[in-house]
Amino acid sequence: MSIRERMSGNEAVAYAIKQINPDVMPAFPITPSTEIPQMVSTFIANGEIDTEFIPVESEHSSMSATMGASAAGARALTATSSCGLAYMWELLYVAASDRLPVVLALVNRALTGPININCDHSDSMGARDAGWIQVYAENNQEAYDNFIQSFKIAEHPDVMLPFMACQDGFITSHAVENIELIETDKVKNFVGAYEPDNFLLNSEMPMAVGPYANSPFYMETKMNQRIAMQNAKKVILQVAEEFEKISGRKYGFFEEYRLDDAEVAIVIMGSAAGTTKDAVDALRENGIKAGLLKLRVYRPFPGEEIAEALKNVKAIAIMDRAESFSAYGGPLGSDIKSALFDAKSTACAVNYFYGIGGRDYTTDSATSVYNDLLDIVSGKSEPCNFKYIGLRK
Amino acid sequence: MKKNIEIRWHGRGGQGAKTAALLLADVAFNTGMHVQGFPEYGPERMGAPITAYNRIGEAPIRVHSNIYNPDYVVVVDETLLSAVDVTNGLSKEGAIVINTARPKEEIIPLLNGYSGQVFTIDARKVSMATLGKYFPNSPMLASIVKVANIMNQDIFLSQMEASYKHKFAKKPEVIEGNMNALKMAFEEVQ
Repeated sequence: MSIRERMSGNEAVAYAIKQINPDVMPAFPITPSTEIPQMVSTFIANGEIDTEFIPVESEHSSMSATMGASAAGARALTATSSCGLAYMWELLYVAASDRLPVVLALVNRALTGPININCDHSDSMGARDAGWIQVYAENNQEAYDNFIQSFKIAEHPDVMLPFMACQDGFITSHAVENIELIETDKVKNFVGAYEPDNFLLNSEMPMAVGPYANSPFYMETKMNQRIAMQNAKKVILQVAEEFEKISGRKYGFFEEYRLDDAEVAIVIMGSAAGTTKDAVDALRENGIKAGLLKLRVYRPFPGEEIAEALKNVKAIAIMDRAESFSAYGGPLGSDIKSALFDAKSTACAVNYFYGIGGRDYTTDSATSVYNDLLDIVSGKSEPCNFKYIGLRK
Repeated sequence: MKKNIEIRWHGRGGQGAKTAALLLADVAFNTGMHVQGFPEYGPERMGAPITAYNRIGEAPIRVHSNIYNPDYVVVVDETLLSAVDVTNGLSKEGAIVINTARPKEEIIPLLNGYSGQVFTIDARKVSMATLGKYFPNSPMLASIVKVANIMNQDIFLSQMEASYKHKFAKKPEVIEGNMNALKMAFEEVQ
C-alpha cells in the first residue's frame, strides 16, 4: 500500500533521499533548493540515516566533493539552484566526462541578470550541453518519482552518467500538495546497492580518474559520452517499467495528454504542463481538438519519438521557459523543430517564451496559445517563428 | 459546486499568513481532500505585503498558477486595505474575511465596491484573550473554515488539535491557547 501524504516538492525530494540513504551529500545552500540539504541534515542529526553530510563553502566545492566521493566509490548527490549551478559549471563537464553517476536535485530558478529568485529554466538549459541526463517534473509527485529512478539510471553500467533531477522553483518546490509515497523497503529494494566496477579506493585495481586527455584521446572521450547518452534512452524506459511495478505510475520520455486526435498541441516541460491540461480539457468541452506533449526527459533528447507523437498535429506551440538569445528561438524550440524537420513534418511550429523569471503562466495563457494555433490552422493568421506570452503591456 | 475552492490570503511578512495557508492545506488533507497550499514570493522582509494561496477540492489539482479569481479572500492585516486591491477578481458569490476591530460599515467602503459577503473578526482581541500575545493566524484560519464552510467545526477542531500536538511537540503549553483561539474565533467572526 502506498502512503497518502502531503508535502512540498522539496520535502518530497528530501524524503526520497532519506529512503535511499545515499553515502555522501555535500551541499551549499541557495534559494529555493536550500530546504533539501536542510531537511537531509536534520534526518542525519536525528540518526534516521547515516549519509555523510559535508557542509562546504561554495557550489564549486559541493560539486567537487560530490564527484570526489563518487570517484572513491560512494553513492553521492547534491542539490542546488540558479547561480549555484552556474558556479558548478566547470565541474559539470568533468562529472560527465569522468562518467560519475552523481545525482543533482536541481530546483529551477532564473539565472541572475537582473537578480531574481523565481522559477525559469535558464539554469538547467545553460547546462544542457554538459553531458548530464536531465529529467523534469510537473509536480511534487513526479519530483519524488524521478528522484527515486535517478540513481538506477545513472549507475547502470551502460550509462554511468550524472543525472539532473529538475523541478520548478517555488511553484512545486514550495507548494504543499497531495502525494503518494512508496514504502521505504520497496524504494531501497528498487534502487539497490551501488557496486561500481571501478573506483578509486579499490586497492586491488588502482586507477586514475580525470587524467589529461589531449587531442589523441579527447574526441573518443566525447564519443563515448554520446554512446552512453544513447544507451540512457533504453535504460530510462527499462527503469520506468520497473518503477511502474512498485508504484503503479507510468513514465516515459514524455506524457501525451489528449494528443491522439489533436489538431493543435503545446509542447511544454515542468509545472506548466498541469496548468495546460486544465486548458486542454476546457477546450475539448467546446469541441476543440487540443492536446499536450509534456516532455519529461530532455537529455537524452527523444527527437524521433517526439516527432512521431506529433505527426498528425497541424500546428504546434513549443514552449520555452528560458531564452537563448539566438534571436531565432529557444533551446526546446530549436531541438524540437530540428526533430520535426528530420521527420519531414509539415506542421507549423511556433516557439513561445513564457514564465521567465517566474512570470505566472495560467490556464488563460495556455488557452491564448491554443487560440493562436487555431488561427494558424484556419488560415486566419500567418505562423511566426517565435513569440513571447504574458508580457506586460 | 465549482471543482475547487480557491482562497487567497493577504498578510504582511512575519504574521503567519503563509503558515495559516499551509495549516489549512494540512487540515483539509487530513479530512481526505486534495489540496494545494503555496506562497507567492516577492521581496522577503518583515512587514512587506505577502500573498498565499489554497486550492481545496475532491479531485486531484493540476493547475500551478497563482489565483486571480478566488472564491474567498482572507485579509490578515487591515492596513493592507489601503495598499493592496484585496478584492481584485474575488467572486461575488464568495466572501472576504478581514481582521479588524472596526465595525463592518467602516470597512465596506474600503473594498472598491465589492458586493459579495463581508465578514470581520477582531483577531487581536481573540489572540490576546487566549494566547496573551498577538498571533492572528489561528483566529483567521478558524474564520475562513467557518465562512467557506470547508468542513464541520468539530472535525476541524479535532484535526487542529492533532496538528498542533505535532507542530508544538516541544512547546505543549501553547496548544490549549491556540485551541481556545480557534473556538473563540468561530464565535466571533461575523
